[in-house]
Amino acid sequence: MKKKATTLPSLSQKYIMAVAGIFLMLFLIFHLATNLLMLAGDGGKQFGNVVNFLTENPAVKIMEYILFAGFLLHIILGVILQVHNYRARPVRYHSRLQTETSQFSRYMIHTGVIILVFLVIHLMNFFFIRLGWVAVPDHAESRHDFFSMAVVLFQNPWYSLVYIVSFVFLGFHLKHAFQSAFQSLGLNHTKYTPAIKVIGTIYALAISIGFSLIPLYFLFIF
Amino acid sequence: MDFKLKIWRQKNAREKGGFRTYPINDVSPEMSFLEMLDYLNKQIIESGGEPVTFEHDCREGICGSCGLFINGRPHGPMRRTTTCELHMREFTDGDTIVIEPWRSKAFPIIKDLVVDRSSFERIMHAGGFISVDTGSAPESNSLPVSKNNSDKAFDAAACIGCGACVAACKNSSAMLFAAAKIAQYALVTQGKAEAKERVDKMVRQMDAEGFGYCSNTYGCEFDCPKGISIDFIALMNREFFSSKVCRQIPGRYTRKV
Ligand code: HEM
Ligand code: FES
Repeated sequence: MKKKATTLPSLSQKYIMAVAGIFLMLFLIFHLATNLLMLAGDGGKQFGNVVNFLTENPAVKIMEYILFAGFLLHIILGVILQVHNYRARPVRYHSRLQTETSQFSRYMIHTGVIILVFLVIHLMNFFFIRLGWVAVPDHAESRHDFFSMAVVLFQNPWYSLVYIVSFVFLGFHLKHAFQSAFQSLGLNHTKYTPAIKVIGTIYALAISIGFSLIPLYFLFIF
Repeated sequence: MDFKLKIWRQKNAREKGGFRTYPINDVSPEMSFLEMLDYLNKQIIESGGEPVTFEHDCREGICGSCGLFINGRPHGPMRRTTTCELHMREFTDGDTIVIEPWRSKAFPIIKDLVVDRSSFERIMHAGGFISVDTGSAPESNSLPVSKNNSDKAFDAAACIGCGACVAACKNSSAMLFAAAKIAQYALVTQGKAEAKERVDKMVRQMDAEGFGYCSNTYGCEFDCPKGISIDFIALMNREFFSSKVCRQIPGRYTRKV
């Protein structure tokens, strides 16, 4: 019995997923660096300058499209992969699987979906306002005035809580994702792989803590 | 030692199966797991029942046929050990032991605890070989292979194709198996000539069989009785990538006449 595959090979899908994931991880560093300017204590002046620079820059415009495509690819492939993997074991085991695995690898789809939900809320609160898809709130001077929008949102403790919890889950996602992406791309080495794992943990912590500082600042210090 | 065995019973591929519980007494701690099942079957046969079907051959950890899912782990609680080499002293007197077949779409159940692993065979048929002329063995030193590569190839070739990687994987993925089988050729001179087609064909066949996709949980490595490393999966990924990027187009260098 010879069976034929028709879809994109599994490894190609994994490559695309990993490349898109790495792109998203780079974007997160950039996004965090920009956002931390809000903590400069100058009423959002420097932050506003950067936002203005970015929104007027045509190169950034192109990057935005690429970013959007990156998210879409990663999310669509992630969901396809997961559905395929559920279906690869139509009858589950009676016993709970006792095999030891890398900690957060089992929950990539769960943490992924939480990030996705957060992403939608996040885009509605900021990005879509700038695009003019969502009305500008009264307290903001313009659709570029992200600082005023952030102040009002984060001074609501519930919003801040949701925000921080989302970033904790993103941290879990990234803890596995960082080294996983290297493995998927075949970049594996006796000496460097342990270092990559450590860097991945530091990266995940930095992203989670870094982004969480912003609501904490507006809640307790601003 | 006394145990309660909860065993999956299924008449054939079509019929629905279910668990049956068998008490078993006076098991010697020196018995292997399969001997314990033989002992159980003797009792079942003597009482006029249908014995539990399970697969086995060498009973010394080299043929790969004896895979059973025992208490939530392929080949049971002991690492680097096949079911046939597992001994009852690893269990505690009075334990309930749950025994299931491998569960995977690509490993349909034939009967009771026996699954059809011919999907592995088809992956091998797709490219797990080297095309050489038969005849007398060539002079062994005429094909240089570095010590490092020959050792690694040997590690990869230690795979016995038991399917524990698929059984242990939450995605039911066969990538550790395929990777080991690709690596054992890719690392040595003899395998280089067909390396590009091999990885492509074997990966496509693996997909066609309905195995899941690797999500790097590394459970396969943990439960592989031969300790095959996930480094081989990375190697397979690299091989696959280079087969796409530097793909040899057949007939490219021959002119039409
Ligand atoms: C900023 C957000 C995100 C970043 C930086 C990110 C990054 C990554 C990276 C680098 C990987 C590893 C890829 C690999 O091993 O090949 C990964 C895996 C995964 N991601 Fe994301 N991701 C993000 C958001 C999402 C979202 C929104 C989903 C939605 C459903 C998602 C679902 C998944 C799944 C299911 C996997 C596991 C795939 C696998 O292991 O094969 N991710 N992510
Ligand atoms: S019976 Fe051969 S490996 Fe167990």
